[in-house]
Amino acid sequence: MTALLRGGAFDPWQELAHIEAGLAKGTHGACASFVGTMRDFNVGDNVHSMSLEHYPEMTQQFLDTICTEANGRWNLIHCLIVHRYGEIKPGEPIVLTAAWSAHRAEAFDACRYLIEELKARAPFWKKETTDTGERWVHDAPGE
Amino acid sequence: MQLKVKFFASLSEQTGLAETTVNADNPATVLDAWKLATGDQTMPVNTLCAINMAYAHLDDSISDGDEIAFFPPVTGGCT
Repeated sequence: MTALLRGGAFDPWQELAHIEAGLAKGTHGACASFVGTMRDFNVGDNVHSMSLEHYPEMTQQFLDTICTEANGRWNLIHCLIVHRYGEIKPGEPIVLTAAWSAHRAEAFDACRYLIEELKARAPFWKKETTDTGERWVHDAPGE
Repeated sequence: MQLKVKFFASLSEQTGLAETTVNADNPATVLDAWKLATGDQTMPVNTLCAINMAYAHLDDSISDGDEIAFFPPVTGGCT
């Protein structure tokens, strides 16, 4: 199980390839992955950049816990979370979740679990810079 | 007892605090830690809290040496 916090841009496909290279050949028949990328719009406004704050120790602990939970719920070969923090520009990946298993159903379910649990509970906070200034996403209308 | 109190995101901006140390009577709750650290500022209704990096409730008891954190609703991942 691998959960990583990254303070700079990352390439999700390289992250996946790195994990794949470390897995024994023939052990998994499926890998499901999800990549979340920063948009240049949100709730009707242009977004120029975003600052992603986190609670370093709690966030790392939480991502580790989500991976452990997924591994307990499904029969996984491996699972992966990579999440950005700091300054992010539109088009850059924010988050990657992935799960490897013998069959596709478990990989799909586990991958979705990782991103949904992360989004619901992991301590991250987004601050967007729009045409009219900065705003916290949890305060944005429609959020 | 001595407590470390942390604030994140909009709550850090609102209170003017990122991290502080307070001395509290024993027993005390998470809400007491907020009042001591902020000088009894008004707490936003959607505030979340944690004790030693585990989600908690405002009426949970705290112990000497605990790290208490206050933060707004989380917005990680993406839509």
